[in-house]
Amino acid sequence: MDWVIWLIWIVKGFFLAMFLLVGFAYLTWYERRALARIQVRVGPNRAGPFGLLQPIADAVKLIFKEELTPAKAYKIVFFLAPIITMVPSIIIAAVIPWGPQEPQVKLFGYTISLYVADINVGVLYLMSIASIAVYGIVLAGWSSNSKYAMLGGLRSTAQMISYEITLGLAFVTVILLAGSMRMLDIVEAQRSWWFVVIQPVGAAVFLIAVLAEVNRAPFDMPEAEQELTAGYHAEYSGMKFALFFMAEYQKMIVVSAIAATVFFGGYLGPFVHRWPLLGPIYMLIKIIILLFGMIWVRATWPRVRYDRLMAFGWKVMLPLALAIVFITGFGILLAQELGDPIYLTVIPAASIVAGVIAVIMVNRALTRKRILSYEPR
Amino acid sequence: MPDLQEIPVGEYKHLVSERALRGETMLLNMGPQHPSTHGVLRLVLELDGETIITCIPDIGFLHTGIEKNMEAKTYLKAEVMSDRLDYLNTMGNNLAYVMAVEKLVELDVPPRAQAIRVILTELQRIASHLIWLGTSGLDVGAMSMFLYCFREREYVLDIFELVSGQRMMTTYFRPGGLWRDIPVEFEAAVRDFLKMFPKRVDQYEELLTKNPIFLDRMLAIGVLPGEVALQHGVTGPMLRASGVEWDLRKARPYCGYEQYDFKVPVRTEGDTYARYLVRIQEMRESTSIVEQALNKLPMGPVSSDDRKFVPPPRSELGVSMEALIHHFKLWTEGFPAPKGSIYSAVESPRGELGVYLEGDGGPKPYRIHWRTPSFDNLSVVPEIVKGHLVADLVAILASTDIVLGDIDR
Repeated sequence: MDWVIWLIWIVKGFFLAMFLLVGFAYLTWYERRALARIQVRVGPNRAGPFGLLQPIADAVKLIFKEELTPAKAYKIVFFLAPIITMVPSIIIAAVIPWGPQEPQVKLFGYTISLYVADINVGVLYLMSIASIAVYGIVLAGWSSNSKYAMLGGLRSTAQMISYEITLGLAFVTVILLAGSMRMLDIVEAQRSWWFVVIQPVGAAVFLIAVLAEVNRAPFDMPEAEQELTAGYHAEYSGMKFALFFMAEYQKMIVVSAIAATVFFGGYLGPFVHRWPLLGPIYMLIKIIILLFGMIWVRATWPRVRYDRLMAFGWKVMLPLALAIVFITGFGILLAQELGDPIYLTVIPAASIVAGVIAVIMVNRALTRKRILSYEPR
Repeated sequence: MPDLQEIPVGEYKHLVSERALRGETMLLNMGPQHPSTHGVLRLVLELDGETIITCIPDIGFLHTGIEKNMEAKTYLKAEVMSDRLDYLNTMGNNLAYVMAVEKLVELDVPPRAQAIRVILTELQRIASHLIWLGTSGLDVGAMSMFLYCFREREYVLDIFELVSGQRMMTTYFRPGGLWRDIPVEFEAAVRDFLKMFPKRVDQYEELLTKNPIFLDRMLAIGVLPGEVALQHGVTGPMLRASGVEWDLRKARPYCGYEQYDFKVPVRTEGDTYARYLVRIQEMRESTSIVEQALNKLPMGPVSSDDRKFVPPPRSELGVSMEALIHHFKLWTEGFPAPKGSIYSAVESPRGELGVYLEGDGGPKPYRIHWRTPSFDNLSVVPEIVKGHLVADLVAILASTDIVLGDIDR
C-alpha cells in the first residue's frame, strides 16, 4: 500500500465533507427560495445575486453570536450533544457510490473510485450510523435542563424507534431485490429497472420513514416550533445551534442520496457507463429533486400529532412494510422457481394492492372518527 | 450534577392536583413569549407526559388601561382608543363604540352611512377570519396558509387605507355617521376583492378541509357542548359551532342588517373542526353581505347634520360663523351627553362585543366598560383542553381565535 492511496482517501473524504458542508449552506438557501416561491414571497435576494451569499452571511452571524449555556445544564453533555448529532450526518455519506466502478476513472495515473468506502455491508452501515444521531438529540434535550427541550428529546426518541424498524424493512426489500448489501451492487442491480418501478410502495414507505427519520415536516415533532418552541435545541445558541441545524440539513441531503441510491438508480443514467464522471451529476440531479419533494411537503402539509404519528408508524407503516417484504420475497421466489423473470411483475402489482389497502384503512379510521364525533348530541 | 427535580409549585398550590405537589406531574409554563399563544397569554400547564391535566390561563400582560383612558377623553376623542382594543377588528370596535354613543345621545345615522358601515365591518370580519385561518394553519404546522391569508388581508387593509388613510387604526366611523364619504375608487376596489375572494377561499379549502392530517388534528378535538358554552358566556363562531344559533346581526339587527339576505352558519359538533367550518362559511356569507350592500348603496349624506354632535365639514368653516363655533366647541370641550347608562352590542368576528356606557351629563363618559368576546371565549379553554395533548392545546387555542388586546384591554 502506498502513501498515495492514503492521500486519495483523505482528499476524497475531504471533498465529500466539503460537499456536505457547502451543500448544507446552499440547501438552506434552496429551501428558503423554494418555500418563498410556493408561498408567494420573494425569499432572500439581497446578499449577492439571487441571495446566493445569504448562507455566508448567516454563517458569519451564527459564529459571532454569543453562546449561552444554561446555568443548570449538564455542561459536558450539553457541549457534546451537537457534536454527536453532527458527526454521523457527515460520515454516513461515506458508503454512497457516486459513479460506476467500470470503466475506471484515471487521474495522474492513479485509479480513483467514485466512493469513499466500499463496505460489503453498506446498508448495515447506513442503518447503524443513522441511529446514532438520535443520541445527540436526546442528550441535548436532557442536558439542557429545560422542560420544552426535554419533551422534544423524548418525542424524538419515540419517533426514531418507531420509524427505524419500518426503514429497516424498506431496506430489506432492496437487499432482497439486489441480492447484496453492498451499495455498488444495489445500484448495478437497477440497470434494467430502477427499484422504484419494481417496488413502488416500498419506495413510498422508505420516503415516508425517511421524513420521520430526519425530523422533517410533517413529522417535525421534536422541534415543533408552535408547540415546543424549537424543542430539543431551545437552549442552544450560536455555533452550537448551528451544528444542530447543519446536522438536520446534512441528514436531508444524505437521506436523499440514499433514497436515490437504493430506489432511484443512484448514479445510473444515459451514457454513465461510457463517461463515469456523469455519475455524480445524475446523482446530484436526483438529490435535488428529492430535496424539493421534502421542501414541498413542508410547505403544504400540517404537522401530524405526536400520538397519531406513533399510531401511524406502528399500525400502518410497520404492517405495510412487513407485507411488502413478504411480497418481494414471494415474487423473487416465484421468478426463480418458474425460471421466468416475467413473474417479477407480481411484486409491483401485489404491493400496490397492499398500499391501496393501507390507504383505505387509514381513510376508514378517519371516517369512523368523523362519524363518532359528528353524532348529534 | 445539578438537581433536576425542582418543583416550583408555590402560588399554584390550590390550582393544581396533588400529584403535582408530589412531583409526579410536570408544571410547564407556556408563554407569555410562546409563539402559539397569540400574543402575550401565559398558560400554566400541569402535564402527565404530554397529556394536559390542568390548564391555568394567566392574563393581563397586555393591560393598557384602555377603559380608564377613554373616561379621561371626550366622546369624540375617546374613539381612537377603541381601535387599540382588538387590533384585528378595528372597524367593528369603532362601530360598537359609536353605536353606544349614538344610543346615549339619541343621534340618527343616515342610511348611506349605515350601508358603508356594514360593508366595512363585514370586510373587517373577513380580514379577521383570515388572520385566524392563517395563524391556526400555522399552529398545526401548515405554514403556507399563513402567508396566503395575509396576502388577501392586504386587499382589505388597502381598502381601509383608501377610505380612512389608515390600514389598521382607522377611526373611520364617527358618532352620527362617518368621518367623510368614501372615495370614488372605493367601489371598484371592493368589487375587485369580491371577484377574487371566493376563489381564494376555495383554494384554502382545497388545502385544508379534506387534508387527512388536518382532519386528524381537528376532528373531535376540544369538544365544547352548547350548554357549557352558554354557561361561560361564549359567543360568536365558537358558540355557533356548538349548535347554538345566536348571531346579533340576525337576533337583534343593527345598522340595517335586516335588509340583507345571509345565513348564519351553525354546526352541532362543537369541536375544532366545526369552528373551522363555521368561520370559513362566515367568510363566504360576509362576502355576500358586502356584495348586497354595495349593490344597493343609497346616495345621500354620510353623517347626521345635527351640529350639536357632529363637527361641520371643512368647507363650511370659512363661510359660516356657526360652523366655526361648533367646530371649536366640539373639538375643545366636546358635547355633553345626558345622564344615564346604556349597553349596546355588535357581532364582532369573535362574538358579542358590547359597550356599557354611563354618562353623567358632562362631555366625558363617567364609566365605559367593554364586554369583549375573547375574554369569555378564553374562559372556556381550561375546561375543554383537559385530557388533550399539548399539540391539541395549540390547535384549540387557535380555534378560539383570541386576541390578547381584547382580553386585557
